[in-house]
Amino acid sequence: MDYNASDKIVKRIYPEVKDLSAVSQSAPEELITALKIRNLSCYYGDKKAVDSVSMDIYQGQITAIIGPSGCGKSTFIKAINRISELEAKVRFEGDVEFFGQNIYNRRVNLNKLRRQIGMVFQKPNPFPISIYDNVAYGIRVAGRKSRSELDEFVESALRGAAIWDEVKDNLKKSALGLSGGQQQRLCIARALAVKPKMLLMDEPCSALDPIATMKIEELLQTLREELTIAIVTHNMQQASRVSDYTAFFNTDESRIGQLIEFGPTAKIFTDATNPGTRDYIAGRFG
Amino acid sequence: MMKEQFEPAGKPDSGKTSFVKNGFDADFALTNGTGENLWLDQGFTWLVHGFAYGTAFVLFWLSWVIFQQAQPAIAHFGLGFLWGSTWNIGELTFGALPFIYGTLVSSALALFIAVPVGVAVALITSEDFLPPWVRSPIAFVVELIAAIPSVIIGMWGIFVLIPFLLPMQQWLYDRFSWVPLFSTPPSGPSLLVAGIVLSIMIVPTVAAISREVLLVIPKELRSASMSLGATRWETIFRVLLPSGTSGILGASTLALGRALGETMAVTMVIGNSPQLNPSLLELGSTIPSVLATQFAEALDKLHIGALMYLSLILFAITFLVNIAAVLMVRVFGHQQI
Repeated sequence: MDYNASDKIVKRIYPEVKDLSAVSQSAPEELITALKIRNLSCYYGDKKAVDSVSMDIYQGQITAIIGPSGCGKSTFIKAINRISELEAKVRFEGDVEFFGQNIYNRRVNLNKLRRQIGMVFQKPNPFPISIYDNVAYGIRVAGRKSRSELDEFVESALRGAAIWDEVKDNLKKSALGLSGGQQQRLCIARALAVKPKMLLMDEPCSALDPIATMKIEELLQTLREELTIAIVTHNMQQASRVSDYTAFFNTDESRIGQLIEFGPTAKIFTDATNPGTRDYIAGRFG
Repeated sequence: MMKEQFEPAGKPDSGKTSFVKNGFDADFALTNGTGENLWLDQGFTWLVHGFAYGTAFVLFWLSWVIFQQAQPAIAHFGLGFLWGSTWNIGELTFGALPFIYGTLVSSALALFIAVPVGVAVALITSEDFLPPWVRSPIAFVVELIAAIPSVIIGMWGIFVLIPFLLPMQQWLYDRFSWVPLFSTPPSGPSLLVAGIVLSIMIVPTVAAISREVLLVIPKELRSASMSLGATRWETIFRVLLPSGTSGILGASTLALGRALGETMAVTMVIGNSPQLNPSLLELGSTIPSVLATQFAEALDKLHIGALMYLSLILFAITFLVNIAAVLMVRVFGHQQI
């Protein structure tokens, strides 16, 4: 197989990946592992949805999780803050360590875990209350804060999500009056307000128009300075644009999701080891 | 080529009509040939209009009749009837205050008990605290309460609730007789018992509607709250219940409407004494209960008029309650939380 050819194709399709050599040289040794995932399997009842995933998510990096529908991407990401336990009867096997602490330990306080690992959902889901109260929600739940402290937290979160200038005069207005893109950035601000170490994003742009999507992608680049981000996306261009590392998931014959390949984004998109990954990236399915 | 494709439909022997106009050969028509569907359509429209206006007309007719029948009492007592506190059939002195007090207090008491209980039932049956095989039967059984005829609830009130509550009423009187609400010795039937019976009757209304309201709150809101580190109860009190406020208020108001007009069960347990006393432990009377007990024996025009005047007042109260409900739902629905 002539890899140079596919390299050219990828470069043509994804011109944003400019300096490929620079990205791929960011060696894992210099990075701190935020999330160490070893042999993670997820079950819905008896049905296995994700089979034995092992990978690392590095601090301060953006990790994209791509793959076809039903490959277990969402199940996987929702296993990290254990939010899937709300929606269905799920069971996990394996170990996931978040900065050295096993998140499946029986003594883990889920509320504390979720304060450390925030989440942004596929559909913008602001509470039907004012913009201010939306952002203040997590802070208020975490404990009492003085009014001035709260104001400060809310403002810094809104600034962090690059939405402050748009809403600063309407903080008391209902969040439902915002556009979809603004709502999604508000949800990001809401997640930032509790000062998490990590942010999980489950297809955060799939309900947004291209301009709103672009704003969120730009936002991700500023957020990475303080946060570790894992983003599930259907959009391969998006993965190539925003992420440092990419994990490719796919299903096997028995429809169980598996991690096929994980590595620096540039390598996955130009020089994937696994033929399945190459086919998916190049748009050759099946 | 095209001509060939369309040909078969236009052929005379295909049995279909062909409409040739402006050079096009189509096998369908856009215009109504005879217009015979039109009068059916129009007739149905008139019928529907008729039903709608008719229903509204019944309301006005009813109020007009009550108003006419109440005329003797209105002319005789004027607005003073509202705060007159004596009801003496022998002397033909009538005042509405004892009944207004009884109606409002028993219904308020019922709401006071039924709203927390109903919302709790709604929460328990909409959240997954319990496995579905426990949850659904509970919801079903609670809704079944609404199907019990009120006379049966009244009988249960007389034979079970009154004896059961008497010690409690006695205790309230012994300890708190300095509070005007508990200032009279209990004898069994009372405003308090009526309020409790009413609360049992309206719990299903509150529970069923609140449950529907809670069930349609988007799941995403719950996930959002939990993902921010909120516990289940924080989520319930800070997101779910506030989101459902307008619906729960609507449910409460519907329940209040039912409590205000409930007649049979209340008549059976309230004692039917037309005296004005603030005490909940005292025998009392509500507007529906006095109508039910006295209307059949009312002979004097002024007595009938006074009863009609009472129904007019009840009418006004329920009307105001409904307007208040609409306004509340609008205000809270607009604010959302």
